[in-house]
Amino acid sequence: MEHSFVLPNSGHTYDAKASKLGMWLFLYTELLLFGGLFIVYMVYRSLNPDAFLMASLNLNVWMGTVNTVVLLTSSMTVAMSITAIQLGNSKLSLKLLLITVFAAVVFLVIKYFEWGAKIEHGLWPGMEHFGSLSHGEQLYFYLYFFMTGLHGLHVIVGMIFIVVVMNKIKKGSINKDKNQLLENSGLYWHLVDLIWIYLFPLFYLIH
Amino acid sequence: MTDSSVSQPNFFEVKKGLFSWIFSLDHKRIGLLYLYSVGSFFLVGAALGVLMRLELFNPGADLIEAKTYNQVFTLHGVIMIFLFIIPSIPAVFGNFFLPIMLGTDDVAFPRLNLLSWWLYVLGALFALSTLVFGDGPADTGWTFYAPYSVKTGTNVSMSVLAAFILGFSSILTGLNFIVTIHRLRAPGMGFNQMPLFAWALYATSWIQLLATPIIGITLLMIVAERMLGIGLFDPSIGGDPILYQHLFWIYSHPAVYIMALPAMGIVSEIIPTFAQRTIFGYKAIAYSSLAIAFVGYFVWGHHMFTSGMSGPAAYIFSILTFFVAIPTSIKVFNWLATMYKGSINVQVPLLYAVAFIFNFLIGGLTGLVVGALAADVHLHDTYFVVGHFHYVMFGGTGFAFFGALHYWYPKIWGKMYNKLIANIAFAILFIGFNTLYFPMLILGIKGMPRRYYDYLPEFHTLNQISTVGSWILIIGLLLMIFNLFKGYFSKQKAPANPWNGITLEWQTQSPPTLYNFDKAPELVEGGPYNYPNAMKG
Ligand code: HEM
Ligand SMILES: [Cu+2]
Repeated sequence: MEHSFVLPNSGHTYDAKASKLGMWLFLYTELLLFGGLFIVYMVYRSLNPDAFLMASLNLNVWMGTVNTVVLLTSSMTVAMSITAIQLGNSKLSLKLLLITVFAAVVFLVIKYFEWGAKIEHGLWPGMEHFGSLSHGEQLYFYLYFFMTGLHGLHVIVGMIFIVVVMNKIKKGSINKDKNQLLENSGLYWHLVDLIWIYLFPLFYLIH
Repeated sequence: MTDSSVSQPNFFEVKKGLFSWIFSLDHKRIGLLYLYSVGSFFLVGAALGVLMRLELFNPGADLIEAKTYNQVFTLHGVIMIFLFIIPSIPAVFGNFFLPIMLGTDDVAFPRLNLLSWWLYVLGALFALSTLVFGDGPADTGWTFYAPYSVKTGTNVSMSVLAAFILGFSSILTGLNFIVTIHRLRAPGMGFNQMPLFAWALYATSWIQLLATPIIGITLLMIVAERMLGIGLFDPSIGGDPILYQHLFWIYSHPAVYIMALPAMGIVSEIIPTFAQRTIFGYKAIAYSSLAIAFVGYFVWGHHMFTSGMSGPAAYIFSILTFFVAIPTSIKVFNWLATMYKGSINVQVPLLYAVAFIFNFLIGGLTGLVVGALAADVHLHDTYFVVGHFHYVMFGGTGFAFFGALHYWYPKIWGKMYNKLIANIAFAILFIGFNTLYFPMLILGIKGMPRRYYDYLPEFHTLNQISTVGSWILIIGLLLMIFNLFKGYFSKQKAPANPWNGITLEWQTQSPPTLYNFDKAPELVEGGPYNYPNAMKG
């Protein structure tokens, strides 16, 4: 059936503003998801300040710092790729996204080694050494694994999102005039970055 | 296909077959998918409710024993809350009518809309899988309180994951509606020319968006503890089960308004239509929805007066709880003022709307009783609470849902049900409902605790009355459903506007065409309820 009359306010036409608004709303929900965890962190830290400090000394500040730099850089490259496509340079945009994805992989690899080292030292819940930790330290590691793990999942989702977007740029369905999806993936990536910016001091730096 | 040459094929006729439904992007079909799934789960939940009432007909374990009873009320609660009442009005009638009432042809993100229905189905499968896999359905109560939810051998993880997935589905619906309302209103329709149902959905959607993630993460912590041993609420190492309760109610109290606000939106549609006059206090009703949504965020502690809380915190939560009553009563007064001296056309939908006001009043006032500190210490975890929340959720939202079904039935299917039978079914339902739940309020005051398969002999009579009430209620329910089915198969067509309504859905043909409007809809001048021939004063 041909549909001759289309409403001016139809829900079936491309609407960059709607898509952006939708993305922002989704980001609020993500922030709140982590917000719940931040509350738990706050409560347990204020109940066990010394144990949290002791436990945090087990983390490798150096690796955490490198990862922070890596993520910040990737946030920059994603922002640049948006500017590139708005100027009509899809090739450059793709390259910048590739760097972003590469940075995400680096982040995950470093995270893998960090977790690996903890597990080697028996710091995973249920392991022998873990049982000898004080209660507060155990809570710290529960939170550490839960929060960085959930964040790691978000890194993976963000990566997949960007790869999908790259495909669409290649096919030309994301282009100079129609690039909200790329911008949305960028927004998502900034969120992933932002959450890490909070996790890093909370787990590695506070003394 | 159609009898008359002028009318276009309606949205039922454009495509046929199962796949044209379960993969449909049409907001109307998705709304109906929700109706059939939500409706089925309501019947399953109701059957479990009746089973509990049968067990409670006499004291002692004559039908089911303690553990089974615990599993039954948990499954009943999970189904009724997450699979029925939360998606009910927004996902069914919001999906179907919000775009039409705004004068547009779909929601902002049709594919996301379909995804949220599929997530709903997935969540439902998770919830039901506990019947087959693992050590049976959870026996924790729908609140999944730690530490018991972590220790029990029953299949809590699946139920909790189900709630998580269903929460995600609910978030996506809310997100979709907010963007739809912001971006797709008909040209010339400002926020203050929107129908009040749209306002109610708007406030609801914000709650869905801003509260649901908190329960999502909390439930994930329960799963992490059960599956990975990450015991964030484990008291043996200094974890805090009370913290779980806080996080749970930070969502679950606002969730009460996810249930109540859309119902109030329905009532605000039905009343002006059957009084044939402008709604009294349009802005007061619209903004009070936002006020309820806002204040509703800061009252969660009233569920925890007896779990250990500092004095000042308890006072503050109690006072804030009383504040919620203000915007709620504003609505009730405005509805009554709308009807006062109106030329009221008493039809089934109006009866349901008035029953909503009656039941919700009891639900709301008993809510203030348990919101008061001294009274709550006595009434907490008694049948008074069970009576209270059934009055709010079932007597309130449930009745509004049935009212909406009768109100929009001719628009959705282009047919009319038998009005006499509908009236009779309503009467039976209303009597059954009050016979079922009013005795619970008295039982609670007398001290009968909730969540037990058994009770002391002195509670016998009231429990029997309550159980008889559940039978009456079921008869009314079945009669209502039978009548609606029968109407669907009747040959007689309903006119496009049987109630003489003036919101935009009544300008479309019945059932609507695929894209709702064949020409730009005409907005009513001077607001959505400005009835041209209304009697003034
Ligand atoms: C056919 C109608 C219904 C009957 C006969 C019924 C009966 C009951 C009974 C007897 C209990 C109390 C169990 C106990 O504490 O020992 C209960 C609990 C509950 N009901 Fe219903 N109910 C019905 C409909 C509904 C509806 C429509 C809703 C929500 C929209 C609902 C939500 C709940 C919830 C949340 C609980 C608490 C479960 C828990 O303690 O974890 N019920 N119901
Ligand atoms: Cu509450």
